[in-house]
Amino acid sequence: MTADLIGYNVGYLDEQTKRMIRRALLKAVAIPGFQVPFASREVPMPRGWGTGGVQVTAAIIGEQDVLKVIDQGADDTTNAVSIRNFFRSVAHVETTTRTDEATIIQTRHRIPETPLAEGQVIVYQVPMPEPLRFLEPRETETRRLHALEEYGLMFVKLYEDIARFGHIAKTYDYPVLVGGRYLMAPSPIPSFDNPKMHMNPALQLFGAGREKRIYAVPPFTSVESLGFEDFPFEPQRFDDPCAICGATGGYLDEVITDDAGGSMFVCSDTDHCERTAAAPNDTTSTATTSTTTRPNPATPNTKAIA
Amino acid sequence: MTDERPLLEVRGAGHRYGLRYGCRDVDFDLWPGEVLAVVGESGSGKSTLLGTLSQRLELTEGNIRYRMADGLPVELAGLSESSVRRLWRSEWGFVHQDPADGLRMHVSAGGNVGEPLMANGWRHYGRIRETAAQWLERVEIPADRIDDHPSTFSGGMRQRLQIARNLVVSPRLVFMDEPTSGLDVSVQARLLDLIRSLVSDLGLAVVVVTHDLAVARLISHRTLVMKDGRVIESGLTDRVLDDPHAAYTQLLVSSVLQG
Repeated sequence: MTADLIGYNVGYLDEQTKRMIRRALLKAVAIPGFQVPFASREVPMPRGWGTGGVQVTAAIIGEQDVLKVIDQGADDTTNAVSIRNFFRSVAHVETTTRTDEATIIQTRHRIPETPLAEGQVIVYQVPMPEPLRFLEPRETETRRLHALEEYGLMFVKLYEDIARFGHIAKTYDYPVLVGGRYLMAPSPIPSFDNPKMHMNPALQLFGAGREKRIYAVPPFTSVESLGFEDFPFEPQRFDDPCAICGATGGYLDEVITDDAGGSMFVCSDTDHCERTAAAPNDTTSTATTSTTTRPNPATPNTKAIA
Repeated sequence: MTDERPLLEVRGAGHRYGLRYGCRDVDFDLWPGEVLAVVGESGSGKSTLLGTLSQRLELTEGNIRYRMADGLPVELAGLSESSVRRLWRSEWGFVHQDPADGLRMHVSAGGNVGEPLMANGWRHYGRIRETAAQWLERVEIPADRIDDHPSTFSGGMRQRLQIARNLVVSPRLVFMDEPTSGLDVSVQARLLDLIRSLVSDLGLAVVVVTHDLAVARLISHRTLVMKDGRVIESGLTDRVLDDPHAAYTQLLVSSVLQG
């Protein structure tokens, strides 16, 4: 099997590149939320498709690792399947779709519903690492604002939302303050997932390939979503259960079902959905799955959201 | 007690652009509550002096001592960047000639006035908005324009909004660079009136740069006349304008158009 991979180093990137990325990662972990510049490399996918995440994963993955890749919560979308296959062939790792079995989870736009555990690493694909970018176009100035901890500008954005819409309208990439110090873009995860970042036992790494930045949230670090005293941060909520598995308290995607405007809301986290549907005490089960069932995987999430 | 020492003591201040001095050998004291006008023709170093005083330009020679809110004097050139920015946030204001330089044109009027408050740690939306509304009223902007962008405002309104944004944190020292130059005459008169009343209400110290002697006459207590980067005459505004000593000042005063 390795014979047809001659020319590629294990994990695709060469060892010097991995060391460079690991140095950036160490610095990022040492200064939670701080954007560390790194020499982003070409990887066999277009920028904007998760090249930052792929490079971070390539730098930390070892043959004993078990990799899960999700795109918008789903394990079966093109991007997720391709990246999973990529690492299976270049890093000889085992892959999984189950959150609790994975040691590394690369993600775009979601944090899995199953709570992460100590020892796991979650790698976020980040399109735009600078939370102040659209408020202050000069990168030299935004770096200075971070250095001097001047984050009034971010609140101007929230103020404008409340003045226009009566509430904070930002629902994804919702700005957070990490460790009480650095303002950070959590990548375009829904604000629904923001509370999961707070004091998470897993190591959270962020890679922005096009923008050449790496940052990190170490385990058990405070991640505070910004808000006003009288308009605090409110994560999104869903009143209805998933149309497939019947679970409540998860993040739902709208799926169009016909040409007449019909739609249904289903779990965005496919692993979570399959396992809830297969749970023995669940009568609404419609999906079939070969994965082993667990007592009741849905319940821990309600705690994370509250 | 607070008036025992000047707010700003400037001694031999100068700024050099490459080999050429933009301004040089400037000495003056600015006292709390005092309005100082800097007049002179275009290119005389007025704006360079303002930039140097406000730490936007490096002080090449001389020294500038500023008395902080707690009464301690500091050498401005020796302050760290973060201290200077803290001064900007809490004790100083800067009114630009073009309001577009001092405002965020894509942020509502309320957001523009509220930004300095949020930069100073205000985190209560209701109070921020209430304070912003009070300031808009003070600078005669209708309350129902609070959510409009400054790009929809007239020039005079923009300039008044910029003044509100600068004064909302109750600064002690405000720099103004030609605050009325871009406006037509009737709007100028109202704006000067507004500046004058706000300055006296709040006890602000102001350094205002202008090429318009009428502006200096209307709002300032003292005037510096600059030419070729140097101060050629200084004194009480009425004295300088009614009885100019330097030949250049005489020329400047006599070249004002008589209506």
